[in-house]
Amino acid sequence: MVEIVCSIVMVMLIVAFGAAFIRVVIGPTLPDRVIALDMAATIVVALILTHCVQSGTYYYIPAAISIALLSFIGTVALALYIRRGGAS
Amino acid sequence: MIRDLLVCFFLLAGGLLSLAAAVGVIRLPDLFTRMHAATKTGTVGVSSIVIGMMIHFSEVTVTSRGILVIAFFLLTAPVAAHMIGRAAYRSGVQLWILTRIDEWKTHGVNHQDDDDD
Repeated sequence: MVEIVCSIVMVMLIVAFGAAFIRVVIGPTLPDRVIALDMAATIVVALILTHCVQSGTYYYIPAAISIALLSFIGTVALALYIRRGGAS
Repeated sequence: MIRDLLVCFFLLAGGLLSLAAAVGVIRLPDLFTRMHAATKTGTVGVSSIVIGMMIHFSEVTVTSRGILVIAFFLLTAPVAAHMIGRAAYRSGVQLWILTRIDEWKTHGVNHQDDDDD
C-alpha cells in the first residue's frame, strides 16, 4: 500500500514541479522566478524523500539536505543581487 | 498496519500541500501572495513527507536526519522569503491593486538613500 501511495505522491509532486516551472517561464519579474526556483528545489527534496520511502533505502537523505542548503544559499545570493539593482 | 496508514496519511498530506502550493503559485495575483503560497505550503509539505518517512523507517539514524531536515527548512525558509520580499519591495515591485494595507509606505522610514544596510 505504501508503494502505491508513494507513486501517487510522486505524480502530485511532479505536477507541482511543472507549476513552478511555468511560473519560472512566465514570471513577470525576477523575484517571481527566484521564489519559483526555491519552490522547485523544495519539491525536489520531497521527491528524493518519497523515493527513499518507496525503495526502502535511506542513503539519499544527505543528498536532500545538500539540495536544501544549496537552494537556500542560491536564494539568498539572488536576493542580494536583486537588492543591488538586478539586471537593470 | 496502523503504521502504514500513518505513513500513507502523512505522505498524501505532503503531496496535497505541494499541490496547493502549485495552485497558489500559478493563480495568485502578485509577487507577495505567491511568495506566501510557495514558501509556507512548500515547507509544511516537505515536513509532512519527512514525518511520514520517519514513521516508515522507525530507526534512530533516519529520525535524527529527518529532524535535521525539518529544522533546516523551518529555519531557512522564512529567512529566504523575507530577504526576497524585502529586496523585491525595495526594487519597486508593484503590490496587487486590491492590497489594503501597506505599512512600509504609511509608517516606514524612507530608506531610499542608504542602500547598503
